[in-house]
Amino acid sequence: MTYLDYAATTPVDARVLEAMLPYFSTHFGNANSLYAAGRDAYHALEAARETIATAIGAAHPAEIIFTSGGTEADNAAFISVLRRIAPDGGHLVTSAYEHPAVLELVKWLGKQGYDITLVQPRADGRIHPEDLAKTLREDTKIVSIMHSNNEIGTINDLKQLAECVHSCGALFHTDAVQSLGKVAFDVQDLGVDLASFSAHKIYGPKGIGALYLRRGIGFDALIKGGGQESKRRSGTQNVAAAVGFAEAVQLSLAERDSEALRLADLRDHLIARVTSSLENTQATVSEGARIPGIAPLLIKGVEGESMLLQLDNQGFAVSTGSACSSGSLAASHVLLSIGVPQEIAHGSLRVSLGRQTTAADVDAFADALVPIVEKLRAMSPVYERYFGRASAQHAPKNTGGQKDAGV
Amino acid sequence: MIYSEKVMDHFNNPRNVGVIADADGVGEVGNITCGDIMKISISVDADDHITDAKFQTLGCGAAIATSSIVTELVKGKSIQQAATLTKQQVADELGGLPSAKMHCSILATDGLKLAVDDYLTKNGRTPLSGEIKSADPNFDPHADD
Repeated sequence: MTYLDYAATTPVDARVLEAMLPYFSTHFGNANSLYAAGRDAYHALEAARETIATAIGAAHPAEIIFTSGGTEADNAAFISVLRRIAPDGGHLVTSAYEHPAVLELVKWLGKQGYDITLVQPRADGRIHPEDLAKTLREDTKIVSIMHSNNEIGTINDLKQLAECVHSCGALFHTDAVQSLGKVAFDVQDLGVDLASFSAHKIYGPKGIGALYLRRGIGFDALIKGGGQESKRRSGTQNVAAAVGFAEAVQLSLAERDSEALRLADLRDHLIARVTSSLENTQATVSEGARIPGIAPLLIKGVEGESMLLQLDNQGFAVSTGSACSSGSLAASHVLLSIGVPQEIAHGSLRVSLGRQTTAADVDAFADALVPIVEKLRAMSPVYERYFGRASAQHAPKNTGGQKDAGV
Repeated sequence: MIYSEKVMDHFNNPRNVGVIADADGVGEVGNITCGDIMKISISVDADDHITDAKFQTLGCGAAIATSSIVTELVKGKSIQQAATLTKQQVADELGGLPSAKMHCSILATDGLKLAVDDYLTKNGRTPLSGEIKSADPNFDPHADD
């Protein structure tokens, strides 16, 4: 199998697994026990916390709360903080192209009585400060804007956005799950108050993530019990996973800059191969700061799931933003939010590259994709009518490039 | 969501892809903004039996598999039998469909009904179904340019 879905999850790095293994057997102690075995586990857990705190530029390790993953971190950021700072309601802002872990959570909070506003990204795939500023109110409590988008890879300028949010007195949260270990991310430099992270996107284990909670922010634990994690997340800590998470962060940071250059080259090569070999294809976004390993593609006149299944038959694993892969009838909310028309959003592919991806993999993928797309287009009753050579003179000039989606 | 083996077989090896050049009836259903369009063409003999059926489909794995199996199911059947084929029968023939994909089998049976109606109308007869909506032939995906 050629795995090209690293933005979905990654294999655990052998070095990470090796670091974790002792904490399943010889160092299995409960980090909250007073005797030696417990102390060993405690020290390992706190060392992991310190590594992660340092990696994201936190002022103090106690600002890191281990969670079950990015989704729990997002939920805690909103629910635990709101219970303290605005239990009776208030205004919340997030973007229309967030990961469901934030978007569905905020919609749910809307049903619980909070006022919610969704700020739209523009066609460049980013949230612009002037658009965000228009949504802010005196009673805005939390604003959450993702650092980088998981489908199209665009990176938001959080520093500007955070300034804008703080000027109205709200807290700023960011979902940084796709950014950690891949691009520069420093909570103090960016000015974020809360940030969510996950281990399994960076060759760490599934089932562990972290919430950065800036000191001084009120927090009423989502999960009650024995008071672990300084009473902010009860339950015996998963020391092995925390150790693995920290190891994964350290390895990613050590290799980050060289890996980012390598992956950006591979991504650009992949996009060039696909768009030069197939008519009516383009990168969904191609300008500005992006996550190096994500190649978002629009393949017009083909439905995404059928491409995905055919690629799977040939041993390639990729994602699509097609409706038909998700069970809903609407195409990807991310693509629609940046102005890609429905009929084109159905033919989206997200190819995401990672540590094991080679230039040969990228070439093999492009070689496999071309006949698959040609076959599916030939099977379509409308390809020639809508996208064929006859209609090529007035082919879409823009499908997500220049159109201003506005607020 | 996992497809049955039979769905994957019809998706990977679709039967009867194409258009019958001198078809007696043609039906095109679906909507490009929903991502699914199916076109089916049929040949009908003097006894109102379907002698050939071919399809073209833009859509997901289930849309292609349901289109494919429908062309197999109707060959040799009367137009009345074809027009009364249900989405559940199509799904059952494929060893079941994930619930989110049941709309794909409606597309296939609707396309078939429309092709039968087209045949009847062309021959000055009363359509059997009548209410099925054809795909919009005037849809312009470049309208926003």
